[in-house]
Amino acid sequence: MIKKSKVPGVLTWGTLLFFYLPIFLLILNSFNNSRTGGGWGGFTFQWYVKLFQTREIWHALQNTLIVAFVSTLASIVIGTTAAIALHRYKGRLQNMHYFLVYTPLVVPEILLGISLLLFFVALKVELGIGTVIIAHITFCLSYVTMAVLSRLQDFDMAILEAARDLGANTWTMTWQVLIPNILPGIVAGGLLAFTLSVDDFVISFFVAGPGATTLPIHIYSMIRRGSMPLINALSTVLLAVTFLAILIYQIINRRKAGATS
Amino acid sequence: MGKKSIRNLWAEGSLTTPSFAWLFIFLLLPMLIILAIALKPADPTGGIGQGWTLKTLMSLRNPNYPEVIFRTLWLSVTTTAITLALATPIAYYIARSTPWKRDLVLFLTVIPFWTSFLIRIFAWKVVLHPDGLLKQALVWCHLISPDTLLLYRPEAVLLVMVYTELPFAILPLYAAAEKFDFSLVEAAMDLGAGRLRAFLSVFVPGIWNGLVSACLMVLIPCIGSYVIPDVVGGKGAAMLGNVIAQRTFTDRNLPAASALAAVLTIVMLLPLFYFLRRNKGGDEGPRPAKEVV
Repeated sequence: MIKKSKVPGVLTWGTLLFFYLPIFLLILNSFNNSRTGGGWGGFTFQWYVKLFQTREIWHALQNTLIVAFVSTLASIVIGTTAAIALHRYKGRLQNMHYFLVYTPLVVPEILLGISLLLFFVALKVELGIGTVIIAHITFCLSYVTMAVLSRLQDFDMAILEAARDLGANTWTMTWQVLIPNILPGIVAGGLLAFTLSVDDFVISFFVAGPGATTLPIHIYSMIRRGSMPLINALSTVLLAVTFLAILIYQIINRRKAGATS
Repeated sequence: MGKKSIRNLWAEGSLTTPSFAWLFIFLLLPMLIILAIALKPADPTGGIGQGWTLKTLMSLRNPNYPEVIFRTLWLSVTTTAITLALATPIAYYIARSTPWKRDLVLFLTVIPFWTSFLIRIFAWKVVLHPDGLLKQALVWCHLISPDTLLLYRPEAVLLVMVYTELPFAILPLYAAAEKFDFSLVEAAMDLGAGRLRAFLSVFVPGIWNGLVSACLMVLIPCIGSYVIPDVVGGKGAAMLGNVIAQRTFTDRNLPAASALAAVLTIVMLLPLFYFLRRNKGGDEGPRPAKEVV
């Protein structure tokens, strides 16, 4: 037996350290009393207090959540029908359809953003929360479609035939058989769409009007204006929320896996 | 039969129309409009003027542009090379680990996906900041002089791009490595190949499709980078995306922005077409890693 090389292991753990070190320093600095973060100026909660007193942040959060909820719901509906169509039918139309669905996944965000901005300006559409929602649906629906499509590939279409033979009509077949079976794909796609929408900066920045500041747009302007301790605190809060959400998601998943096996 | 096929057509149409129409209007038309607006004059109020002109396209001969395009390309290609060089052994390690270690490493790799992109970039701005820890540590070790600037240079952009893109490369590579038969590596070593040789000439070709897909998943977003060079790069490290944003928001010259966006599209389509051509037979396209999760 030849001894295994240590290089891949060292690289992996080194890279994970590289992933987390900057984030760890950022969290540490959010409790740092020194304004520049150059040295340790003592422990403080003052940045968090200031953060919760900033009204624009709450307003931006509200916009972000409205955009995320509306675009997630819309992209779940449009994305699921798209996936069913792509799975069930073949031919030139569906090839073109797949190409359209696939494009937002590979095109850089800045191209989606600038092209939609030009489109809205050319049609004299007023920029605002509505244009942000349209833009978000455009990229979110592709992610939902892909998630549902991969679930459909594991789904045995013969079950639908069986349901039909047993006398089910199209309505019953869809709601009692098809949808429950692909629900995990819909949920996964929806969660992905929601996260991507909440996190999106580039596309929103291009198509948002002055009144439609979302949280990432606000964070970006804070980064530019340079109120560093406040962003540290805000980042820490957001990181904590994300981490909790992932943990809960993992625990639910574990339980489900445990229950079935 | 006729009745049935009409019903089928109707069903296909009603399932296809919502997404097809949406993407046709809000994806395809806007992309095509980029080309049209590049031929329009600018409007002093920041809109699009009347009539047609070739002036905007001629202004692409601006001597600064080749430099920006070249910088965009070398930063993107270098980032992709470094990212793949790191991610391949990592994928190898994850695939060969015990189940609980594999779950742990994958979990730790996935978390950055779900955390805000802006925050991860900002974290580096804090680290690289003139008063930041890294600078102090490097000065203390006498590796750099106190007046060296770590931020606002192309190398900073490279570092942060590798940082943000690494998870996107690790996951598709791991998905490929998971299906790889590791007894082939053992066999190569039994036949006298060294560890590095076995890795390079058995494992790497074995996960080639994963490598190509990871390569695209890193290269294309890099070419379109905008936030990273903006936050940690500064003036001397501007990429195509920054010039587009500058024309859009600062100069309010939408036709110029649109001409540059057309250039960006062409630069980006080159690797994509290459991939689609060699992948024509299979239906498995390169999937963004976000979706693999």
